[in-house]
Amino acid sequence: MSAAASHSHSRPRGWLHRGFCAAVLFFLVAPVLVVIPLSFNAEPYFTFTEGMLRLEADAWSLRWYQNILGEGRWLPALGKSLLIGSGAALIATTLGTLAAIGLSSPALPGRGAVMALLISPMVTPIIITAAGMSFFYSDLGLGQTYTALILAHAVLGAPFVVISVGASLSGYNHDLNRAAANLGADWWTTLRRVQLPLIAPGVFTGALFAFAASFDEVVVVLFIGGPDQRTIPREMWSGIREQISPEILAVATFLIAFALLLLAAVNWLRQRDYAGAS
Amino acid sequence: MAITLKRWNRQALGAALLVAPLAIFVAVTFVAPLATMLVRSVYQPAVAEALPETLAALAEWDGGSLPDEETFRIAGAEFVALNERRALGSVATRVNRLESGMRSTLLGTARSLAAETPSASWRETMIAADADWGAIKSWLAIRRAGEVITPRYYLNALDLDRGGAGEIVVQPEDRRIYVSLLLRTLAISIAITGICLLLAYPLAWLLAHARPRRAGLLLLLVLVPFWTSLLVRTTSWIVLLQNQGVINDLLVTLGILAEQQRLALIYNMTGTIIAMVHVLLPFMILPLYSIMRAIPERHMQAAASLGASHWQALRRVYWPQSLPGVAAGSLLVFILSIGYYITPALVGGRTGQLISSMIAYHMEQSLNWGLAAALGGILLLLVGTLFFIYDRLVGVDRMRLSG
Repeated sequence: MSAAASHSHSRPRGWLHRGFCAAVLFFLVAPVLVVIPLSFNAEPYFTFTEGMLRLEADAWSLRWYQNILGEGRWLPALGKSLLIGSGAALIATTLGTLAAIGLSSPALPGRGAVMALLISPMVTPIIITAAGMSFFYSDLGLGQTYTALILAHAVLGAPFVVISVGASLSGYNHDLNRAAANLGADWWTTLRRVQLPLIAPGVFTGALFAFAASFDEVVVVLFIGGPDQRTIPREMWSGIREQISPEILAVATFLIAFALLLLAAVNWLRQRDYAGAS
Repeated sequence: MAITLKRWNRQALGAALLVAPLAIFVAVTFVAPLATMLVRSVYQPAVAEALPETLAALAEWDGGSLPDEETFRIAGAEFVALNERRALGSVATRVNRLESGMRSTLLGTARSLAAETPSASWRETMIAADADWGAIKSWLAIRRAGEVITPRYYLNALDLDRGGAGEIVVQPEDRRIYVSLLLRTLAISIAITGICLLLAYPLAWLLAHARPRRAGLLLLLVLVPFWTSLLVRTTSWIVLLQNQGVINDLLVTLGILAEQQRLALIYNMTGTIIAMVHVLLPFMILPLYSIMRAIPERHMQAAASLGASHWQALRRVYWPQSLPGVAAGSLLVFILSIGYYITPALVGGRTGQLISSMIAYHMEQSLNWGLAAALGGILLLLVGTLFFIYDRLVGVDRMRLSG
C-alpha cells in the first residue's frame, strides 16, 4: 500500500523528470543528426530552404556527394586516415593488451603509479601533447612523416586499450591460468589458448576505440603532419576554418554512419564479453 | 616460505615484463616530448650561442651607465657578422620580446654598419644610426636575452616581468593577458562542469533505475554523440547556431525574433559553452550512471516509508550515495575542459578562447616557443594536480569507457 502511495505521489514529478531527460537526450542526439538532411540540400546553404521543408524534389540533391567522390581531396584523405589509424591501433592494441594483462596481476609492484602513467596520454590536454611532440619529432628528423603520426596516435590510443582490456580482465578467473599451468601449458600457450580468447571482446573493443581516436584526431596532425598527411579530420578542420561548404556535411554524414557502425560493433562485443556475461 | 617468495617474485617479474613494452613506449613517445617541451620553457641557448663575444663583454658591464667603446665595437662587429650569415633576424626577434623596437634597431644598425665601417668611434656611429643604442635598457635587453637558463617565460606567462635591477615587477596593465585568461578558462570550465552535472544527474538516475532493456536503449542514445567525430559535432553546432543557421531561422520564421534581432550564438563564449557541454556531457553521464546503478532502489522506498518526502529522500539518502559518481564525473569533465582546444578554436570566436588557444597561437603564429612551453607547463601542472586528485579519489583503474 505504501509502495502504491509513493508511486502515485511521485507521478507528477515523474513526468517532469522524464520530460527533462527526453530534452537532454534530444540535446545530445539531435545536433548530430541535423547535418544528415542538410547534406542533401540543393543550395549551398546550411539551413533548411523552403523547398526542402515543402519536400520539393528539386530542393534536394546529391550534388555534394558527387563532389566529394569526384573531387580528389576526400578519397586520398580517407586512405591516409585508414593507414595512420590502423597502424596506430595495431601498436596500441598489442602493447595495451600485454600491459593490461600485466596490470591485472596483483603481484605487480607500484601498480597504481604505472596505471596512472599509462593512462596519462588520455587526460593530458591535446594541445600540450601536440606542442611537445612537434618539437620532439622535428628534433629527431621525423617531422611531417607517417612514422611520427602513427607513433603519436598509438600512444594516444593505448589508454583506451588498457582500460577496455582491463575491464574485460576484471571478470577473468585467474584460476584458469593456474589450471592451464597444472596441465603443462607454458605461459605463452596459456596466454594464447586460454586467456586471449576469453578477453578477445575487450581486446577488439580497445582496438576499435584506438582506431576511432586516431580517425578523429586533428590537433597532433596539425602540429606534426605535413601536406602528405592531410587526413579526413585535417581536411574537415580547414573546411570549417576557411570556407565552410556543404561538402563537409556530406562527409559528416558518412562519418556519422561510420560512428553508428562502430557503436553497434562495440555493443555487440560487449554482449559477448566475458565480464559482461558473468 | 622461501618457495612462496620465489614464486611471488616470478609472478611480479612476469607482470612487469608484460607492462614494460607499453611503459617504455609511453616514456619515449609521450613523456620525453613533454619533458623536452618543459626544458624549452626555461632553457633558451639561441641568443647566447649567436652573440658569445657581446655577452662576454656585457657580463663585465655594470649596467648603470652606457657600455664602453670596446663593448660597442665588439657588439657592432658581431651584429654585422651575424647579419651576413642571415642569423640576426631570429636573435633580433628574441631581443624584441624583451624590449619592443629592438628588432628594427638591430637589423637597421647592422645594415648601416655593414655599408660603412666606422672610422672613429663605434659608439657614436651606432647611436647616430639609432638612438636606441644610447639607452641603457637596450643593452640590458640584450644581456637578458642572452641568459641560457631563464625564468622569464614563466614570468611572462604569469603577467610578470623583471625591472632594470632584475627585481620582479607586474607587467603594465595593457600587457596583462595570461592571468585573466587562465582565470577565465577556470571559470568557463566550472560553468561547463556545473551545467553538465545539472543535465546529467536526472538522466543518469533514469538510466540507472529503468528496466534493463530500456536503459540499454537510452544508453545507446548517450553513446551516439560520444562516438561521433568531434569535428562532425562541431560542424553541427555551426550549422545550428550561426547567424543564418537552423535555430535563428526557426526563431525568425516562428516570429519570436525579428530579422535584425538574430541571436549571436556562436563565435563567442556562448558558442564555446554550448558546444563543449555537448561534447563533455557523456563523460558526466557515464560515471554517474555506473555509481547510481549500484544504489539500491529500496533505499528511497525505505526513506519514503519512514515519512520522508521525495525531496528529503533525494537529498539525504540518494545524493550522499551518488557522491562518488558526482566527484568522478565532475573531475573528469573539469580536467578535460580546462585543456580543451578544438571546439573553442573553431566556434569560440574572439571572446570564447581558452588558455589552450594561446598556446597554439604562440606555437604557430608568434613562434614564441618558450612562452608556449611555459603556458603549457602551467596548464600541465594544473591538470596533473587534478589528475592526481582524481586518482586518489576515484582511482584511474575505475575508469570505464562505457556503461
